Amino acid sequence: MIRLEHISWQAGGRVILADVCVSIPADTYAVLMGATGCGKTSLLEILCGLRRATTGRVLLDGRDVTALEPRERGIGYVPQDLALFPGLRVREQIAFAPRLRGLPAAEIDTRVNRLAEQFGIAPLLDRLPDALSGGEKQRVALARALAARPKLLLLDEPLSALDEHTREEAAALLQTVRQEHGLTVLHVTHSRSEAELLGQMRLRLDAGRLEVECAS
Amino acid sequence: MALKAVSDLEVPGWWVYWSGRKTCFKGWLVAFRRGTGQPGLPCRFETPPVFFALMTLNRSNLCWLALALITAAYLAFWFLLLGATAAYSTPEAWWKVLKSAEIRHATWLSLVTCTFAAGFALLLAVPVGYLMSRRDFKGRSWLDAALDIPIILPPLVVGLCLLIFFQTRLGKAVETVIPFTYQVSGVVLAQFVVAAAFAIRTMRGTFDHLPARPEEVALTLGCTRFQALWHVALPAARRGMVAAFCIAWARSLGEFGPILVFAGATRMKTEVLPTTVWLELSVGNLEAAVAVSLLMVVLAVLVLVIVRATGEKV
Repeated sequence: MIRLEHISWQAGGRVILADVCVSIPADTYAVLMGATGCGKTSLLEILCGLRRATTGRVLLDGRDVTALEPRERGIGYVPQDLALFPGLRVREQIAFAPRLRGLPAAEIDTRVNRLAEQFGIAPLLDRLPDALSGGEKQRVALARALAARPKLLLLDEPLSALDEHTREEAAALLQTVRQEHGLTVLHVTHSRSEAELLGQMRLRLDAGRLEVECAS
Repeated sequence: MALKAVSDLEVPGWWVYWSGRKTCFKGWLVAFRRGTGQPGLPCRFETPPVFFALMTLNRSNLCWLALALITAAYLAFWFLLLGATAAYSTPEAWWKVLKSAEIRHATWLSLVTCTFAAGFALLLAVPVGYLMSRRDFKGRSWLDAALDIPIILPPLVVGLCLLIFFQTRLGKAVETVIPFTYQVSGVVLAQFVVAAAFAIRTMRGTFDHLPARPEEVALTLGCTRFQALWHVALPAARRGMVAAFCIAWARSLGEFGPILVFAGATRMKTEVLPTTVWLELSVGNLEAAVAVSLLMVVLAVLVLVIVRATGEKV
């Protein structure tokens, strides 16, 4: 469960987030909407610890993680630009987190191959990011995030750069992934149709305030 | 025949240029009195091909042409300088000079000290460049300016500062462990203090051009900041690191003032290539100075080629 308590954040003297309070239950697919520049990405960055909130607390499964480093929060983050590591092959991208944790090579291989099968990227394991299409990059970024076995997945406009056909496939994949991995997902989007298709809980950020539009 | 049109006027001090009006491009030139801008008599002319090509250039293209001419003139000036130096003597004479024991020692010492100085400069430039690029903090602009001090200081002053520092109590304590003054290690230190500033600039530019997002994702995947630098930023910055090393190396190769003041110019001991040029010039041996200078030009061009191959700019 994600709980944000009175989160506020200012940049350059401008209030971006003002007293944001919300609870997202575990195993929920939540979608956050809002206009460009309203602070959606900043809120995700505060959640995963890349940005310090001016005030407020972040609680994950009841644990206060406000002062914790990003690596201590157990959050998977897929940014809008996907941010694949340049110069690393797909296999190395997915194996990045398990290798950091010092898992045995056999276990890393098993985990990489299982995720590659699930995301349909097994034939791409030896490719570099430059040799992947937009849809393939997105799958690799998701697999890389899930290889760390997070409980919470933050997706920043994951479908915005995809064509219509790929977007539908990717949306179906995201729902499957959430169910199979038992994840709580917070998905940022501009698109109302995307929010209606995926979101069990819909949130709207407007003028720094967060409103719950729909919680099913 | 445009020149004929000018001479038809038979008025000394008159000249012809484009009026910018359409009629000009149809074969008419307008004569103006020099300096006054007053129109003179229109005169018909026949357009030679080159002249016509110039006429079809619009003002923007004429501007680019002028800029290209300035650039070409500057490059031509440099090629003339290098050509004149190269033509001063024969390759046989250069070879004879370069084979001498003193110059071979100076060449070897230059190559070794430059490599050490550039290596140390890179070791310093990576963390400092990363800090300056990725972290926003109070006084960053002041620190940024302070890091450029070795670039703006006169080279002799850098040497003097080094010399004086090693006369202080702290400097003398350091010298009990590693002697620097008038030693080969002093040559490396004198090269390092200036070259490091250039390497830091290059590495900062490299990190500025690399997006920080992959490192942030690495942090969420379990990296510490150091691991994100090591596993993500450094592999992405490897071309910039090669460029920073080469720039520091080239800068060290040309360093003269600080070395002369701090490490001296002792033959077969602390003499490096720029010191050789100075020593040979001071005894009137121009041929040897030219040969060593050309060797340094070749080395500098090699470095430039390597840096360009990395995609970075000096």
